[in-house]
Amino acid sequence: MAEAILETEALSRRFGTLKAVDDVSISVRDGTITGLIGPNGAGKSTLFNLLTGELQPSAGRVFLSGSDVTGLTPDRRFARGLGRTFQIPRPFKRMSVLENVMLAPLKQTGEQLLGPILRRGLIRREEEAIRDKAIEVLDFVTLLPLADQPAGKISGGQAKLLELARVLMGDPRLILLDEPAAGVNPVLTEVLIDKIEALNRRGKTFIIIEHDMDFVMRHCDPVIAMAEGRRVFEGSAAEAQANPVLLDAYLGAPVDA
Amino acid sequence: MIGVISYLVFFSTVAAILAIAVLGLNLQWGNTGLFNGGVVASFGAGAYGTLLLGGSAQAGHLGGYELAYPVALLGGLIFAGVLAWVIGVLTLRLRHDYLAIATFGVAVAFENLMRNATWLAGGAQGLRGFERPLRQTLGDGFLYNVAFFAFVLALLVLTYVFLERLTASPFGRMLRAIREDETAARSLGKSPSRARLVAFVTGSVIIGLSGALYATFYAFVSPQDILPILTFQIWAMLIVGGAGNNRGAMFGAFLIWGAWSVSGWALARFAPVEAQLFTGSIQFILIGAVIVGMLLWRPQGLFPERLIVSQPGDFSTTKP
Repeated sequence: MAEAILETEALSRRFGTLKAVDDVSISVRDGTITGLIGPNGAGKSTLFNLLTGELQPSAGRVFLSGSDVTGLTPDRRFARGLGRTFQIPRPFKRMSVLENVMLAPLKQTGEQLLGPILRRGLIRREEEAIRDKAIEVLDFVTLLPLADQPAGKISGGQAKLLELARVLMGDPRLILLDEPAAGVNPVLTEVLIDKIEALNRRGKTFIIIEHDMDFVMRHCDPVIAMAEGRRVFEGSAAEAQANPVLLDAYLGAPVDA
Repeated sequence: MIGVISYLVFFSTVAAILAIAVLGLNLQWGNTGLFNGGVVASFGAGAYGTLLLGGSAQAGHLGGYELAYPVALLGGLIFAGVLAWVIGVLTLRLRHDYLAIATFGVAVAFENLMRNATWLAGGAQGLRGFERPLRQTLGDGFLYNVAFFAFVLALLVLTYVFLERLTASPFGRMLRAIREDETAARSLGKSPSRARLVAFVTGSVIIGLSGALYATFYAFVSPQDILPILTFQIWAMLIVGGAGNNRGAMFGAFLIWGAWSVSGWALARFAPVEAQLFTGSIQFILIGAVIVGMLLWRPQGLFPERLIVSQPGDFSTTKP
């Protein structure tokens, strides 16, 4: 059994009296595509926000590759190899698609105020390398023809691919995808799945929130299920399909193949 | 003829000074999305700082250090920067309209402090006793004004080049990303609070430079020079010129300052005598109307922000 890339320990988050995430302990193995399922309001997105640091937990801890990251802000977790996309895509609308992607690499010398004055040569070389990598990544997610378009002008599905491209520029080991297939046309969904699986073969770990059970059962293993803020199931996709409670609640009839 | 040229030099000097302030505001609002409603606080800090450090001693208030002009100017900029840093640490967690209200309040407080604390900087009488640099060499006439205009123009160009490079750099890219979506920028490893503070302080120092030059030009500053109307004028310049576009910001400064000067002259000349008391208010209304009109019909300004694209060359020819 591969080591855990991400673990939570009794993670909870309250909003007033509502326990959005209630005492959740999970362990995500390195190299997997782990599905996170559950009905609306089960706490999946809140759990994501706790994992990325967008929200702080009311109790419990988060470990990334064995080290405690509970108090760290999202930017510092990204620097430690945890990338994410959003349920509703958040492109930088008045920036070009290429700029959106070139933003993401970490530790850019040119991000200091006086960099553009004092270290122009170094920055130019860095920028060339970043541009080459951005073009490569945009090509990978099939968005290269849109490189010079404003990101506000591309479709919702393309924006999800753009978010994936941005995250890849930071080269994270673990990528959290929040409903990557929702609202995306089937052709782009296929492209996205294709890219996720290709990246997974290259060693990237994914956690995917998805409502489309067909998608989850085909592409995710293992599966974690939540309901009313609690973790109600954690196991292989095959076990999930055989679990009568899950079948009743979320899955309906077993999927073929 | 010499009168016209002389006036044009005078007009262009003031417009160029204000253009520097508009560039500073553009870094804050156009690039970073910081709604600074207290532009005159930084403007005043630069103005007062420079004159306090560079002026001769006056009875009854601080200052009079008679430092060499470059040192006094630098001191004014540092004062503007430190003030902005303190304001920034306290208020930059606020967003949009709340940030505007807080910074507006700081600017009004600054003006009132200068108006009432006579022991500090002369109160309502303002700061006198400053001798313009090189006055003994160049005199007080046309020659001095031309030389000073050249000095201001050089600083304007310098500021413009600095900001153009900044905008095109990864730092500028990070500021735009934070402006567009702070949450997404944070999820990609950027630290918005730090970047916002750096942009706010840098923009405020540039606005402070504008105030320092303004005070140097008139060898005088008083609370009347840092009224809220100046904040609105500078905002109108940026909105008309085009937020996010440095050339637009400078163009807007000359255009609005021109319109302001012409409207003031026209009202004084043609308005009936009984209306003369209100011409100032009419100009205020005009500035407000220009801001509202632009926001309604051309919110991107006359020179819209340019999209930064890849190097020349078309990627669509590469295979998908």
